[in-house]
Amino acid sequence: MTVTFPQKVLPWLLLLPQLLVTAIFFLWPAEQALEQAFYQEDAFGLSREFIGLENFADLFTDPLYYQSMLTTLVFSFSVAIVGMSLALLLAVMADRIIRGKLAYQTLLIWPYAVAPALAGVLWWILFDPSMGPIALWLKAAGVNWNHYLDGNQAMILVVIASTWKQISYNFLFFLAGLQAVPRSLIEAAAIDGASPFKRFWTIVFPLLSPTTFFLLVVNLVYAFFETFGVIDATTKGGPGQSTTTLVYKVFDDGFVGLDLGGSAAQSVVLMAIVGLMTVIQFRFIERKVQYS
Amino acid sequence: MIENRPWLTFASHATLLIGIALVALPVWMALVASTHPASAFGVGHIPLWFGDAGAETWGTVLFEKAGNGVDTPVWFMMLNSLIMALGITFGKIAISLLSAYAIVFFRFPFRNLCFWIIFMTLMLPVEVRIVPTYEVVANLDLLNSYTGLTLPLIASATATFLFRQCFLSVPGELVEAARMDGAGPWRFFFDILLPLSRTNIAALFVILFIYGWNQYLWPLLITTDDAYYTLVMSIKRMLSVTDGDIAWNQIMATTLLAMLPPVAVVIGMQKLFVKGLVDSEK
Repeated sequence: MTVTFPQKVLPWLLLLPQLLVTAIFFLWPAEQALEQAFYQEDAFGLSREFIGLENFADLFTDPLYYQSMLTTLVFSFSVAIVGMSLALLLAVMADRIIRGKLAYQTLLIWPYAVAPALAGVLWWILFDPSMGPIALWLKAAGVNWNHYLDGNQAMILVVIASTWKQISYNFLFFLAGLQAVPRSLIEAAAIDGASPFKRFWTIVFPLLSPTTFFLLVVNLVYAFFETFGVIDATTKGGPGQSTTTLVYKVFDDGFVGLDLGGSAAQSVVLMAIVGLMTVIQFRFIERKVQYS
Repeated sequence: MIENRPWLTFASHATLLIGIALVALPVWMALVASTHPASAFGVGHIPLWFGDAGAETWGTVLFEKAGNGVDTPVWFMMLNSLIMALGITFGKIAISLLSAYAIVFFRFPFRNLCFWIIFMTLMLPVEVRIVPTYEVVANLDLLNSYTGLTLPLIASATATFLFRQCFLSVPGELVEAARMDGAGPWRFFFDILLPLSRTNIAALFVILFIYGWNQYLWPLLITTDDAYYTLVMSIKRMLSVTDGDIAWNQIMATTLLAMLPPVAVVIGMQKLFVKGLVDSEK
């Protein structure tokens, strides 16, 4: 129990700025989204009509919405799994070496600071079907690369750009997790004759599971919400709907399609999903995982 | 070191070097591309080694105009980005410090409710409530303004939690001693609490600066006047010209300039950055 100050009005003044910003820019819009989800508005915003749950009914009978859900799942799990595997490999290697660890770390973590949209542009030029060097190599190897036309290839492009940005984060947390594994356990196994490979899979990897699970959640949240820039700068959700994630669809239907009711209903669904993910994240972190 | 296996050590270094090369590949390509004239980019062709138009391209985008339909020079948009990034960073730190102080060191009715209201902001990222937030900001007449760019983004549950954790670890004796010596709440805040939280503030500063600088969707929506364009969002405007007319050399130079400040911060303040990253996830 902390010792406190007796003032009664001061704490409210201290809280006021945060509460005001939260109320005006978070709670009010959220409430508007909730309200709007039950109305149909004409494209000019002049009149609207209460239609109850119709926006939600439309949403959940729309095959495009289910397709977007599937796209989001494929995208998020690809980003999480590819990014975490590569980062784990690099972290295990970095954990082994003694000299130059910090230099390697520096050279691996900087992409964290690159804005998602810029990451998208950087990879786009490498994969541009008419002039990108990787696209041209792929063509020479017999793969007809054109992410403007091929939905799967567009997906691969956004996964690569999003993963590239996130490897640094995964690397740092895996490295911290690896350094927390007690040396004595590994030494004991080594004396018993276990090879490095076996030691990793039977001792280190299981001990890393809290870090792995934590990173899985963080990566899924990242892929869900923070990759808007990657998608918007490279594929704009296309071709067709093949890279339209749920978050991109809220924006696309609201600002491009001007379907405000439908977009608001999607916002409400997303808020529920974020709420759920936040709770999972917090329950997990409550269990006090060791990072360092 | 458990045992000496030279081959494995060699393999480790090799893997790391390949990893570093792959991570750096797109930036290398961008750097090369920015040193060629726009005419060097065509079907089936992209330069793979440095050209000699680098100084010209970089000079043009930095001081004249970024090109591709964006008439503002990069230095000016950098200034806008800096104002937005610093506004968001200082705003978030200031209001979070104050609210964490209120929650930890005072007892008042609805204290927990306030905490939960702040917590809820975690569940409402801008991307999710984008249309209504835009409407609210439009109603408040904040489109095309620095206030509109920063204010809606400065509520921060993460920062409040971090400072709350940090304040909770301050020993009660310290507060008692300060009170006995006649220090009021403000004096305690500025003379004891702030100096104690210095490293936490610095670590958070690094993370928030990157977050602020890299804002994309929000500035894209609320700025139509190029006097308020920020650097990261201007890329989108530059890419909006028709496909054949894209001047890739200018786009690449602008992209590199846009990522330079936050990357420099990460590399230059690596220790604080790592601390901030680990702290803000707890």
